[in-house]
Amino acid sequence: MTRDEVTLAIKDIIETIAPDEELVGLNPDERLRDQIELDSMDFLDIVMELRKRYGVQVPEEDYKELASLTSCADYLGPKLEDVELKVGC
Amino acid sequence: MADKYDVILIGAGMSGLAAGIRLAQYDKRVLLLERHYLWGGLNSFYKRRGRIFDVGLHALTNFAPRGRRGVPLTKLLRQLRIRHEDLQLGEQRYSEIAFPSERLRFSNEFALFESEIARAFPTEVDGFRRLTSAIFEYDSFAPADPDVLARKVLSEYLREPLLIEMLMLPMCYYGSAIPGDIAWYQFAILFKSFYDEGFARPEGGIRPLLDILVKRYKSLGGELRMKSGVAEILRTGCGDSQRAAGVRLDSGEELLADQILSSAGFAPTMEMCGAEMARKVRPTDRGQLSFNETVIVTDKPPLTFGNYGAAITFFNDCETFAYSSPDPGVWGIDTRSGVICSPNNYAAKEPLKEGWMRFTALANAEHWEQLAAGPREEYESHKYAASQAFLDSAARFAPDPRPFEIDRDAFTPHTIRRFSGHPRGAVYGAPNKRLDGTTDLPGLFLMGTDQGLLGVVGAMLSGISMANRHSLQPTA
Ligand SMILES: Cc1cc2nc3c(=O)[nH]c(=O)nc-3n(C[C@H](O)[C@H](O)[C@H](O)COP(=O)(O)OP(=O)(O)OC[C@H]3O[C@@H](n4cnc5c(N)ncnc54)[C@H](O)[C@@H]3O)c2cc1C
Repeated sequence: MTRDEVTLAIKDIIETIAPDEELVGLNPDERLRDQIELDSMDFLDIVMELRKRYGVQVPEEDYKELASLTSCADYLGPKLEDVELKVGC
Repeated sequence: MADKYDVILIGAGMSGLAAGIRLAQYDKRVLLLERHYLWGGLNSFYKRRGRIFDVGLHALTNFAPRGRRGVPLTKLLRQLRIRHEDLQLGEQRYSEIAFPSERLRFSNEFALFESEIARAFPTEVDGFRRLTSAIFEYDSFAPADPDVLARKVLSEYLREPLLIEMLMLPMCYYGSAIPGDIAWYQFAILFKSFYDEGFARPEGGIRPLLDILVKRYKSLGGELRMKSGVAEILRTGCGDSQRAAGVRLDSGEELLADQILSSAGFAPTMEMCGAEMARKVRPTDRGQLSFNETVIVTDKPPLTFGNYGAAITFFNDCETFAYSSPDPGVWGIDTRSGVICSPNNYAAKEPLKEGWMRFTALANAEHWEQLAAGPREEYESHKYAASQAFLDSAARFAPDPRPFEIDRDAFTPHTIRRFSGHPRGAVYGAPNKRLDGTTDLPGLFLMGTDQGLLGVVGAMLSGISMANRHSLQPTA
């Protein structure tokens, strides 16, 4: 996956777990929680979906790396380099 | 050797079904075991004379319109990936708290309740506002002080004894396992779920909602076995390294799993672990409070025959409210207070043609168990007499449906125990809750009633949060 695809992958996961949120126009550098309603149960689901779709494990101490779209791409980019993007699961 | 599951869930009630969906959604190998031949537990349904009766649905509390943020219903739908519109929720017209000298109405608009308090208790407006803010600021889902009781807190904000009684009545009836009081955090959860959120009814009652849950669970690969009661929880290892290893069914069949989540209640679950664990059950781990319920079907809706428009009426016939398992007395129930509910008084695309009214009374479990152990006719005739006495009492607060009656059914604490396994038919389980869901046996966890979240929405949230915390968290 390219960096842009990683962002797409994250957005697709958020769309699955929070279908009622508007994702167009999200500021990539701002915390996701400040822009849309995501609580700790939702973050658990992001982590679970990453594992389910891409086999990536995110340990609890790294949850903070998923705060914004940019930090997600920074953190997940290297882990997803050799993995294909899957959307609409 | 039997197959091994990641998780075995005991009980296909609201909590077990919700936990099952969460686990199956994340590819856990999960088995849901239910002793009864139907799912739903305390919120199941049954068919009599061609009609479908809901066991326990008066109101789906925690109503929120689609997309309302940060509230339990929205969280729950997200976690289970169920669409709001699939629930087909119809909102209540209004509900009321009725005492001889005062009546307070409320609806899904908080402002109505606030204005009712201002009308009836003008000197308490400020106290009530402060109470409300305290409730909204309080983290009731992670209470710092779970042992604090509501009466004490209410008396810090309010001076009018009647207002305190009126606020206590609905909260106790809809969620207290503690005689005479309710835990403050439970009060806060319920207060929000009633007045800030509200009441609704899924179109068609509980059955369509259960269908959605069961279908979703199965479509994700979850296994569900009915008529499969768990007789014993199996353990492996010894001494301090003991942990849960599986279950033995009533049939003798053994099934293995890494984890077990039980909604059977704390005491019954400990008893499944053998005599040594059962000895740890204390009196506060056993619930006392149960109910009789009479359902009357009428040939026309209550609004038509009696101008009755309330979804729920909580009534009490004197100035103080006594919430306890009543002395057996003559009827085995307490006729002084109760809950009246009409499913007709919720919005519906296809309004119910017949009228329905439900009447709930506090009941003495021993009295009904003793009767149930004797001749059938005697149990039935007592049940009928108790219903009549209660309907007479309730007729002081809502129209009497009996002149228009075409069908009736009634159940007692005995019935509740028989079909849900809760000892003494204690609908809200034990006074002592275990909010983190852990037990002394590693690998065995509690969900549902005795974990601490109650009601249809509460039980589902309990199943979700216990599955998340103990089975899905990467550190779990
Ligand atoms: C008359 C009545 C009216 C109610 N009204 C409302 C209402 O209007 N609104 C509302 O929100 N809530 C209402 N409730 C409360 C609500 O129904 C419960 O709080 C909720 O359903 C509890 O769900 P649960 O999963 O915790 O437990 P349960 O529903 O009790 O589920 C436990 C399940 O485990 C099964 N089980 C037990 N032991 C075993 C075993 N050893 N092996 C296998 N299976 C076992 C039982 O058969 C049962 O199906 C009402 C309840 C009653 C009885």
